[in-house]
Amino acid sequence: MYILAIDWLFIIEKLILIALIVTLCMIVAMYATYGERKVAAYIQDRYGPNRAGPLGILQPLADGGKLFFKEEVVPLASSKILFVLGPMLAMVTALITSAVIPWGTALSIGKNTIPLQVADINIGVLYIFAVVSVGVYGIMIGAWASNNKFSLISGVRAASQMVSYELALGLSLIAVLMVSGTMQMSEIVSLQQQHGWNVLYQPFGFLIFFICAMAECNRTPFDLPEAENELNMGYHQEYSSMKLGFYLFAEYINMFMSGILMATLFWGGYDIPFVDETKLAAGIGQNWVAFLSFSMLMIKACFSVFLFMWIRWTIPRFRFDQLMHLGWKRLVPLALLNMLITAAVVLWLNK
Amino acid sequence: MGVQLTKRAKPVDRRPMTWLESLYLWNIMKGMAVTIKHFFSRKVTIQYPEEKRSYSDVFRGLHILNRDEEGRERCTACGLCAVACPAEAISMEAAERKPDEEHLYREEKYAARYEINMLRCIFCGLCEEACPKDAIYLSKTHAPANYHRKGFIYKKEDLLIPNPLTEPEEYKKALGTIKREPKS
Repeated sequence: MYILAIDWLFIIEKLILIALIVTLCMIVAMYATYGERKVAAYIQDRYGPNRAGPLGILQPLADGGKLFFKEEVVPLASSKILFVLGPMLAMVTALITSAVIPWGTALSIGKNTIPLQVADINIGVLYIFAVVSVGVYGIMIGAWASNNKFSLISGVRAASQMVSYELALGLSLIAVLMVSGTMQMSEIVSLQQQHGWNVLYQPFGFLIFFICAMAECNRTPFDLPEAENELNMGYHQEYSSMKLGFYLFAEYINMFMSGILMATLFWGGYDIPFVDETKLAAGIGQNWVAFLSFSMLMIKACFSVFLFMWIRWTIPRFRFDQLMHLGWKRLVPLALLNMLITAAVVLWLNK
Repeated sequence: MGVQLTKRAKPVDRRPMTWLESLYLWNIMKGMAVTIKHFFSRKVTIQYPEEKRSYSDVFRGLHILNRDEEGRERCTACGLCAVACPAEAISMEAAERKPDEEHLYREEKYAARYEINMLRCIFCGLCEEACPKDAIYLSKTHAPANYHRKGFIYKKEDLLIPNPLTEPEEYKKALGTIKREPKS
């Protein structure tokens, strides 16, 4: 039965999926903070947090609880609405990227098949571009609204850095689009299942994408917006309590999402390597395959996150002119070259 | 070349970067190899409450007032430790032993009050060296934190070793924290 010609089952299904994905992102972000501290500790010959629960597994809960109970300070001279809007925007833009990601093969419940993707739009990659470029506003608005010079400088830095690296990011993605010939995320993944992962065709493009993703997430060595020794804390200087928590969470969600994106666009998405999913589904059932493929995607994404952390605790931060030099004089020309060569090869093969 | 003090000095390499080095990627990967090696290496942390760093044999910590085998206090309040103390942390008051107190004190004179200010004490161990009666020792423990200055003035009750007759286990444990060298 249809009320107002709306498929209620469809809406409920999507709502549940959205709730699950948001929860997943939150949990992953929580444990990314834990992972970050553990990785940092292990690289520095320490153990890291290991007191709250076995192996310190409850540490994120303790941290979250602490953040919630801290005093919420809004500076007197700040723009109140924008000050609240900043962390909200940061969080929202970090989360909405997940809408177009195919998280696994379809589930089958009863007679229905439920795709593990919120919106399978045909401009998936464009949508991601759009969201990534909105992502800078969270930081900029928060930094501006704090009415603090350090925050302002940090906001300006964040804006210029993200805009610069978005260019090379986009160019490296265009090469992927040319190889796959579609912007639909599910389509890109299924093409990779058939013809091999994109990283095989675009190793160079992946490298550029990886570096730019790191810069987009404001991770070391590109963490100039929050360079402690230059800007105290950068854009979240004036933030406290859960608003600060949102900024920190947004950073980790961004990191996780870029890991997912890299996996989806370059590393075959939820594809289990050397396994034919349809044959496997006949053997152990559709839902188990969905679970396995989802786990595969998570493993790929988590490895990317680990790589980010590994790099963070290995190399120091760039100077700002070095950052701009790398972005504009190295990565953009290389990405352009990569794009042109890809275009030429695609044209030549399709002739 | 100036004067060479050690053989370990390395001249700074000021050659221009090679093409591979100018890419940075290779060097970053080398750095990452170093960090991942540390990732799997043995950790240096001592898990404190479960695992404690052992004291050295010559460690000088909290004082202990010794008793003899029959559980009598050895201290005779001669004041030599107070005289030896460079920080003037020790103060005491002597008293005469009553006939019915022979099981408590070893000699005719004893310390009625014996205080060490742990905030003043520099744990040099001179009191231990000065003592002619084998009465004061520096143990292999240290003074725990306290909320008040008063709490750092240790009274005789705080310093005395447990009685070997009434609390043999505690006595043995406390004895273990004292380094005992034969005095000549």
